[in-house]
Amino acid sequence: MIAFLKQPWPWYVAGPIIGLIVPALLILGNKHFGVSANLRHACTACFPANINFFKYDWKKEAWNFFFAGGIFLGAIIASQLLANPEPVKVNPGLVAEVGSYGINDYSNMIPKQIFSLESLFTLKGLILLVGGGFLVGFGSRYAGGCTSGHSIMGLSNLQWPSLVATIMFMAGGFLMANLILPFIMKL
Amino acid sequence: MQTQHILPVQQPVAEADLATDNTDFEVRSLDTICVNESSKVHPWWYNFKYIIVGAVFGIVFVKAEIISWFRMQEMFRLQSFHMYGVIGSAVVVGMISIWLIKKFNIRTIYGEEITFHPKKFNKGQIYGGLLFGLGWAMTGACPGPLFAQIGTGAFVVIVVLLSAIAGTWTYGYFREKLPH
Repeated sequence: MIAFLKQPWPWYVAGPIIGLIVPALLILGNKHFGVSANLRHACTACFPANINFFKYDWKKEAWNFFFAGGIFLGAIIASQLLANPEPVKVNPGLVAEVGSYGINDYSNMIPKQIFSLESLFTLKGLILLVGGGFLVGFGSRYAGGCTSGHSIMGLSNLQWPSLVATIMFMAGGFLMANLILPFIMKL
Repeated sequence: MQTQHILPVQQPVAEADLATDNTDFEVRSLDTICVNESSKVHPWWYNFKYIIVGAVFGIVFVKAEIISWFRMQEMFRLQSFHMYGVIGSAVVVGMISIWLIKKFNIRTIYGEEITFHPKKFNKGQIYGGLLFGLGWAMTGACPGPLFAQIGTGAFVVIVVLLSAIAGTWTYGYFREKLPH
């Protein structure tokens, strides 16, 4: 059983479980699935700076911090107890492409050659980690939600603005991965 | 200062509170999908149930390699069906669930009505969505996986998370000047 769980889970197992989080949160307390709101609540709780957008009672949304804490805890459980000992298997085309940028460490799910403290102090690492993180936070709030809030919760509730957001998320991703990232990776 | 009030019907409160308390719901609902009001007041530890739901999410994130930078790169290069399968099947299950909740008027475990808020279209979904997509492909993570990546021991991702919080703050600061 444990050996079975340690293998990477296929999409048709993972996707439906994620989908079930939507009704689970609704039935547990009328909560709407969404993670990026946590970033806003963090701003409101720590540095509201008299900005209207951050003037609200974040304690009413405290459940979201618990939810995010749960994600963190779940990742600890999965990586400590259910870790897959094999390296991540990826498409050979991608291996060849990122190999040409000097990324060939598949021991972790995120490439150590980018996600490390040493890399953080290089131009490439700074752009990818700090710049990328900034865009994730800025963009998700500007769009009014992220992949969970728009692409899963919004689409599940048949909200067409969420479809617009999802299409733009993908457009941004395709643009970055195929056209811009090759330049950043060569820095 | 905070009073426990029942929304959406706002009760008149002391005048001094009008400026702050009464706009609370409106401000929170701004651009945010997760808005929920409850007339029930629970002790804080009732929130522990959301840790369990979050933990399931976190385990799936790791086990299905959704937190993998490599998987995101594959997705954006159409080199793998995996992520499309994950998101697609999650949406189908979510849609059926919401349809069932609405059809059978299912209530929460505390007997409260489950409410939905329509999303209003604004240009933010276009501009913000595009910016988010750029960041998503750079970091290989959307906000949920950031927490999970840190949980797997990739502590440098704390920097990414702090930067995302800074991005959110910057958006809040410039919000009124940005096209919506």
